[in-house]
Amino acid sequence: MTELTPVKLNLSPATRLTLLLVTVILVCALFLTWNVKASWAFTLEFRGQKLISMVLVGIFIAISTLLFQTISQNRILTPSIMGFDALYILIQSIMIVVVGASSYSILNEYTKWAIEISIMTGMMLLLSKFLFRDSAQSIQLLILSGVVLGICLSSINGLVFRMMDPSQSVVAQDAFFASFSSPPMALLQVSCLILLSCLVFLYRYHHQLDVLSLGEQTAHSLGINYSRLTQHVLILIAILVGMSTALVGPITFLGLLVVHLAYQLAGSYKHKILLPFAAILGVLVLVLGEFILQHVVAFNTRLSIVIECVGGVVFLALIIKQAKS
Amino acid sequence: MTKMTLYWALAFVSLIITSLLVGTITLDSANFDWLLLSQTRIPRTIAIILSGMSLSVAGVIMQMLANNKFVEPTTTGTVEWAILGMLLLLIFYPQASLTVKLSVSVLFSIVGAVSFLLLIKKLHTRSVIMVPLVGIIYAGIIGAVVNFIAYQQDLMQFVWVWIQGDFSMILQGRYELLWIAGLLTFLAYFIADRFTLVGLGKNVATNLGLNYSYVFAIGITLVASIAGITVVIAGVLPFLGLIVPNIVSLYFGDNLRRSIPLIACLGAMLALVCDILARILVHPFEIPVGVIMGVVGSVVFLGLLLRQTCHD
Repeated sequence: MTELTPVKLNLSPATRLTLLLVTVILVCALFLTWNVKASWAFTLEFRGQKLISMVLVGIFIAISTLLFQTISQNRILTPSIMGFDALYILIQSIMIVVVGASSYSILNEYTKWAIEISIMTGMMLLLSKFLFRDSAQSIQLLILSGVVLGICLSSINGLVFRMMDPSQSVVAQDAFFASFSSPPMALLQVSCLILLSCLVFLYRYHHQLDVLSLGEQTAHSLGINYSRLTQHVLILIAILVGMSTALVGPITFLGLLVVHLAYQLAGSYKHKILLPFAAILGVLVLVLGEFILQHVVAFNTRLSIVIECVGGVVFLALIIKQAKS
Repeated sequence: MTKMTLYWALAFVSLIITSLLVGTITLDSANFDWLLLSQTRIPRTIAIILSGMSLSVAGVIMQMLANNKFVEPTTTGTVEWAILGMLLLLIFYPQASLTVKLSVSVLFSIVGAVSFLLLIKKLHTRSVIMVPLVGIIYAGIIGAVVNFIAYQQDLMQFVWVWIQGDFSMILQGRYELLWIAGLLTFLAYFIADRFTLVGLGKNVATNLGLNYSYVFAIGITLVASIAGITVVIAGVLPFLGLIVPNIVSLYFGDNLRRSIPLIACLGAMLALVCDILARILVHPFEIPVGVIMGVVGSVVFLGLLLRQTCHD
């Protein structure tokens, strides 16, 4: 990421943010216009749709991870490692089995979305009861439980998948392996709407989030309604994770990668800076990564697989670092 | 106690008989096909028992080596390394014989087991939870590398089908190498005492006169060989080596001389139950047993973890 070198100089957070924003706009423009072979109208529409979904996913994942780390007071947690992606996929399978393949395919996108989000939010709230019982000691156990729960859910999904009839399994496969290239229009619309309301929420509450990151005790004594705020944030996280999974399928470690880069580079602990910084970094990593994969190295692979490798190593390094200190 | 033993033995025998009779064609007195029995059902049942036994014992040995109750070859990257080895073999030397495949798989398993144990040694943690967590992530990373290569070579489907534990393709003449795994399990029983000592930690073991690194090396070879062989013949059977030793240790403690036979029997029984389920759930079709084992195993694993919290 050579573009980020000037950020290491002694610059104010606002300048860093602006620099990053300029970089990401340049990269997006490059992504849209580089090496156009077909007609411009077609290329722009094709790449534009892909770009929009990447931008949305980058923002969703970065923000949800940052918020999750803030409320859980732990810097190696990410919501997607806790089995939420697996849950999303399982919900798809069960819906297909319950309503049947043909009705699933013509099921209203909005209805589908409402079912997914309500189940995931419910699950998140259930888990949060467990999470905040004594977060300091049992956090490692909680992560492991989340990971195993994820394995458990995806095994159940494997079982359900095997028990489907062939027409159902074709539809299911399509639902599991959504990729950047083909997000349904309805989903993009809902996502934009979510993004807007999310921004409004974060704009109103970013001061409170700063206080929240000081810990439960401090937050209480500074007059924050702790449990209410965390519950709201958790619901927001569930929605964001659900949306990003619905758009592109599971990407486990992107959030972790991006949020840690943001901690290092943003030069501020305020959510006013951190949130947009992480979000833009998320977009940058996705778009730049996709661009490099497609045009520079011309690699025949999926970006998500590369991100899994890199992010996994980062995660491991973080754990080892934490264990040592 | 003897009455209990009798009940368990009866359960084991009835599971074996069920496994012999149940399948796409159900065998009974009116419809008895000796050829079917000898060519597929008997080999299949033997293969299940051998894999169940050897994997559970491999799990418990790995737990002793890692000094942690929540690890086993499929959750620590050992099996992923074996898969990586097989994938590379398929790409660069597709005409390899079964012996070559087996050696490569075992060799890569050894690399996997050693690298994981080095990793947790570097971690310097005695946290019960951290070690399995690191193991799962490590396995995930190796898995991602496998996916990366397989995707490049258009072999995703091959890997996907092949890694799932499945006994439906076992025929007379296609499972016999599993006897090696069975033999290794037997060997493990003979040096069980030494593994019990290794489980007490390096200092205690050395103090008690054990050649620690020697036994450690034997342990790694045993675990890796069993994991490597079963992966080649039957595919991945997740969590078996994790849940069976833990359940046995809840009731009978950690003296391996006493518990290895129990672990082996319970492992074989659990594998039989899962395989019978795999055959009857969508009868007349089959579900790979690895899928069923994933569900059963992860649920039990979760239960064991939460039980741990209640006790802490």
